[in-house]
Amino acid sequence: MKRKIHLPCALTVLLIVLCAPHASALSEAYKKNIYNPGLLKPTDSVLKVTVGDRAPDFSLPSLSGERISLSQYRGKNNVVLSFVPAAWTPVCSDQWPGYSIVEDLFKKYDTILLGITVDNIPTLYAWTNQMGELWFPVLSDFWPHGAVADTYGVLRSDGTAERALFVIDKKGIIRFIKVNDINQRPKLEDLVKALEGLGG
Amino acid sequence: MRIIERRAPAVLTVAAFWAALLVSLASANTTPPQPTGPLPDFKLPVPERAADKEYLGLTTTGPFTIAQIKAQVVIIEIFSMYCPYCQREAPEVNRLYQMIENDPTLKGTIKLIGIGAGNTPFEVQVFKDKYKVPFPLFSDEDFTLHKAFGEVRTPFFIGVRINDDKTHRVFYAKLGGTEGAESFVKLMLRLSGLEQEKKP
Repeated sequence: MKRKIHLPCALTVLLIVLCAPHASALSEAYKKNIYNPGLLKPTDSVLKVTVGDRAPDFSLPSLSGERISLSQYRGKNNVVLSFVPAAWTPVCSDQWPGYSIVEDLFKKYDTILLGITVDNIPTLYAWTNQMGELWFPVLSDFWPHGAVADTYGVLRSDGTAERALFVIDKKGIIRFIKVNDINQRPKLEDLVKALEGLGG
Repeated sequence: MRIIERRAPAVLTVAAFWAALLVSLASANTTPPQPTGPLPDFKLPVPERAADKEYLGLTTTGPFTIAQIKAQVVIIEIFSMYCPYCQREAPEVNRLYQMIENDPTLKGTIKLIGIGAGNTPFEVQVFKDKYKVPFPLFSDEDFTLHKAFGEVRTPFFIGVRINDDKTHRVFYAKLGGTEGAESFVKLMLRLSGLEQEKKP
């Protein structure tokens, strides 16, 4: 059976692909030190957890030198895990600085934020120094490489993490998951709505 | 399948042509505004806040152009809620606004607006609330204006001279902060020509 490619359709698809939104207003704070990987496959992994599951526990080194475990917040705080793909890349560099000015919003919902990448501590140190003072712990999922990201199902095939948010309640149950298009920053209001949904 | 294979070179050739055309069209719009040149063609929505509408001196109810703002000079800041540099710069830009408003010779003559590149209205409001920004801020959620402005890094300041006949020209366009409210006002007065005109 012969199947024809309809040329106008093919061109339309090409137009859509080429015109797909891919933009970020990069801060001058980073000068010319940001590597632009170009347009990436929006998502490249399969989630291994779902809303309603108990969040897999982990223990990772943080920038401050101490190890942080998810379970240490059980019964005390809700937790947001913010996985970003890689240090020194465009969208990632302008995501956590936004969260850093809304500490009051996180506090309002009794929530701690944990920022996680698969980069090593020295890289994270140099990168986050450009962001100003972050109020939340930044964790390195570098070794075993991306193990926590893989446990949650957000480790991409190239070894970076997805741009993903997990909201975990005080009982350790996952209440919200957003695996965003890696090329775009998730809207802050979507996260705030998820926090509002946690209730008391 | 053979038809696909036979026509593939032709399809690819046409696709390459379209891609080249699109890239050339896109690059034609990626130059930031230049002094003595015009702004890109765009309109902003009338602010909902009565105080903002009054500040801008708008008589229209529909979208407006920069030249419709009742002022001789309009300073546009391209910013982002997520930009650490913009966050650090916010108090100084507020001081710039206050300096202008507190000087009877400048009040009503020079006006400020901000455009939040890639920021949703919610995110713009977060920035406005956090830094108590007294002048109107606008959302550019889908980066339309940011692209029209040449995808500049942030913060980026543009000075626009509005003529009596409502034509305009850009007299200042620069990446980075104000480098101090006092010196920035002097610079705006000098480059816009207002300083020369105000001399007795």
